Amino acid sequence: MIELTINGQQHQVELPPDTPLLYVLRDHVGLTGTKFGCGAALCGACTVHLDGTAARSCVTAISDLAGVKITTIEGLDPQGRHPIQLAWIKEQVPACGYCQSGQIMQAASLLAQSPQPSDQDIVNAMDGNLCRCMQYIRIHRAIKTAAADMAKGGSHHA
Amino acid sequence: MPDGHSPIVIGRRGFLIGSLSAGMLTVSYGALPAWGAEPAAAGLYSPSLWYDIDDQGVVTVNIAKAEMGQHVGTPLAQSVAEELEADWSQMRIRHVDSDPKWGTMITGGSWSVNWTFDLLSRAGAAGRIALVAAAAKTFGVAPEACVASAGTVTSGAKSVSYAELIKAGGIAAAMSDADLKQIKLKSPAEYKIVGKSVAALDIPAKVDGSAHYGIDFQTPNMLFAKLVRPPVRNGATVKTVDDQGARKIPGYVKTLTLDDPSKTFSGLVVVLADNYWAASRASDAVQVTWDLGPHAKVDDAALLAAARQAAANPDAGASWVLDGDADAALAKASNIVSAEYLTGANLHAPMEPMNATALFDNGVWHLHAGNQFQTACVPLVAKSLGVDPAQVVVHQYYLGGGFGRRLYGDYLIPAALAAKATGRPVKLVYNRSDDMRLDCPRSPSFQAIKAAIGPDGRVSALKHDVVAGWPTNTVAPALLADTPDKRKADSFAVSGADFWYSVPNHHVRAIRNELAQAALSPGYLRSVGPGFTIWAVESFFDELAKSANADPVEFRLKHLDAAGKQAGGQTPGNQGGANRLAAVLKAAADRAGWKKQALPAGTAQGVAISMGQERGMPTFTACVAEVSVDKATGKFSVKKLTVVSDVGTPVNPDGVRSQMESATLWGLSLAIHESGTIKDGAITAGNYDAYTPLRMSQVPNLDISFIGEGHYPVGIGEPPTTVVAPAIANAIAAATGARVRSLPITPKKVKAALI
Repeated sequence: MIELTINGQQHQVELPPDTPLLYVLRDHVGLTGTKFGCGAALCGACTVHLDGTAARSCVTAISDLAGVKITTIEGLDPQGRHPIQLAWIKEQVPACGYCQSGQIMQAASLLAQSPQPSDQDIVNAMDGNLCRCMQYIRIHRAIKTAAADMAKGGSHHA
Repeated sequence: MPDGHSPIVIGRRGFLIGSLSAGMLTVSYGALPAWGAEPAAAGLYSPSLWYDIDDQGVVTVNIAKAEMGQHVGTPLAQSVAEELEADWSQMRIRHVDSDPKWGTMITGGSWSVNWTFDLLSRAGAAGRIALVAAAAKTFGVAPEACVASAGTVTSGAKSVSYAELIKAGGIAAAMSDADLKQIKLKSPAEYKIVGKSVAALDIPAKVDGSAHYGIDFQTPNMLFAKLVRPPVRNGATVKTVDDQGARKIPGYVKTLTLDDPSKTFSGLVVVLADNYWAASRASDAVQVTWDLGPHAKVDDAALLAAARQAAANPDAGASWVLDGDADAALAKASNIVSAEYLTGANLHAPMEPMNATALFDNGVWHLHAGNQFQTACVPLVAKSLGVDPAQVVVHQYYLGGGFGRRLYGDYLIPAALAAKATGRPVKLVYNRSDDMRLDCPRSPSFQAIKAAIGPDGRVSALKHDVVAGWPTNTVAPALLADTPDKRKADSFAVSGADFWYSVPNHHVRAIRNELAQAALSPGYLRSVGPGFTIWAVESFFDELAKSANADPVEFRLKHLDAAGKQAGGQTPGNQGGANRLAAVLKAAADRAGWKKQALPAGTAQGVAISMGQERGMPTFTACVAEVSVDKATGKFSVKKLTVVSDVGTPVNPDGVRSQMESATLWGLSLAIHESGTIKDGAITAGNYDAYTPLRMSQVPNLDISFIGEGHYPVGIGEPPTTVVAPAIANAIAAATGARVRSLPITPKKVKAALI
């Protein structure tokens, strides 16, 4: 039995300790916003926050997560209105959308650590997140937009 | 078809308009038995409806096209709303499940807006006419005295909303084909919603995790399944299966050897468990041996040898273009240029791997999976299951990438057969290796072109052999096209070779690579045939320009004289013909500062043009690439891509731009980043470390723009993909003299061409 804290809620999980968090989120907890893409930390579609920092849930065993605060796309903001999410709508970022939960979680982690990232900071942070539709121009632009909105608003909820 | 219409024809059978009961207005398109023949449950369901309006005035458009990143529902809803005079804030979309009532269900070819714009515009207009008539009756005036706008009909001081009219009920009208044709649709100058960059209706759900893809479907009592694949793509048969190792894994249920009556697959084993991780671990522990069959030694060299052998046969293939007498003209000519062009296998590799959940309920097989071609996939699954197609429904979801992969219904079959064998719902998810190695890849292609340049500096004859696997044979063989020499060809494996340059003697042969066909099951990949035909044609036109000592832009313009068939006008989409292609070429050259910039040594511009996907629906597109090359190493850097497309009418300009960005970067990715290798009968890549689509750090400077001057709308999901590779190769040749004739372009190939 492993206890996981996901989006502020406790979940008791009876699964082998090497089970990757991704499958627990999707198949057991029902949080399907986090996506399976590669199973090998190569694409970033499964990105969640572990204690606020972006991590690939497809290669994170649940045995490593005792006492760790896990946040998924569903928990990023209670109303789905994190500045990154609002910027994603404003800049009409998603195409097929499948990688976007991962992109958004990665971008939110970047802005939490580096509120005014340079262009190169953005590329460095986002290069591990594959977008097969190649919406990179919009992803990049939306991160700048969110950074500007957050600076203006000064608070988490712009 | 050389002056092609799409092989699939949408019939037009009139509209019926009516409220089934007070509270709902429905507008349909199709042959209906009669209103009320099917029960109208709570007034919310009716047969064959393109949209309905409820008593709150909410208009919901049924979208029979797959949403896979194009935001397709939004421009289709805009088309309805424009003529309906609806309030845009009241528009909704509903992606529908497979049903014969929707007609041909296919999403591909960049066709969606082009095929439905007129239909949905008239559906919208028909609804407006019925609502205005109802309002006029209420007001006691003639319909001509009423004006509809933003969901309200007014006449003088009187006004009534669509919601109120529908609440009152009693609206009924029928329109014949002739009535429909007579509806005068708006001119572009009158558009209020078409041509506006309204926000895409699918985007909000894609930023908060609530958008549901096929892979997100779950149902009680469901088994999770993982494939065990043979080492070859096609032709293996299972010899032995030993699941002893798997039995130790908690949650493991059983292992099945699939027998597929449709013969789509052979040699597949499915491992079932009560969760996916257990199924995945158990699949690693199951020991399977195979007879590898006839393709175990197929590799890229063998595929190329097969292509060359096929092209060497003068009777091979079908003539896609047969203008004048190219052989005779070439025999007489003195200035002859010839070249061969290659492309390797390419993978779809959508982020959402192939998956499906199958379950049998109440006499019907339900397949839950995002899909692009229900009309072909439903019968395929039915054949595998040994049931009537009427007993199969494919439920639609958002597609985590399509790119043509989900036109082929092979991925629905393992889940269906496993559900049939176990009597339980089965969710089967390919892991990334399964997805790549069981892809229906874009076939490797081999093209040989030979042309003569006359004394006037124009191409007098051109002969072009296009050899590749034919995706239509894989997916829907009935859709092979007729050719001028009364044979059959896959338009999707040769389109683009029927270009808009005027060449009096022009012969194009489409030749199927039988080995690629058998060993790889080639599929449709974004931009399809033009993804390789334009590579060859546009690289070759630069080679011809060089031979003629002409500027590549001037040389192309000289051949875009819009004479004869190149004047266009054969379809609503190709009005203006080669003149519009010349216009995008000039626009791209202007924007890129062609020949007007002093570029550093080792840096040059290259150009390429394309009609996009097909002559009947050309999306004329031009690209100028600026590339710098290090002559010592062959390393090159794409500095800038300038792309201009003529989309006819941009129904949603920001949607057009988004698709152009995506298609352009796809073109770049295929040109220099994506390389599929075939070895031992299989695709070698098993994940994104070996098959490597473009990343953010590899995005160059882009200048993307479009022309939309009120011509009939054409498709934009693919066309820019076709022009990027030849523009880059032409820039590299201009910068260094090194001519690379095989995709992907790599530093190694550039270096080899330099020596």
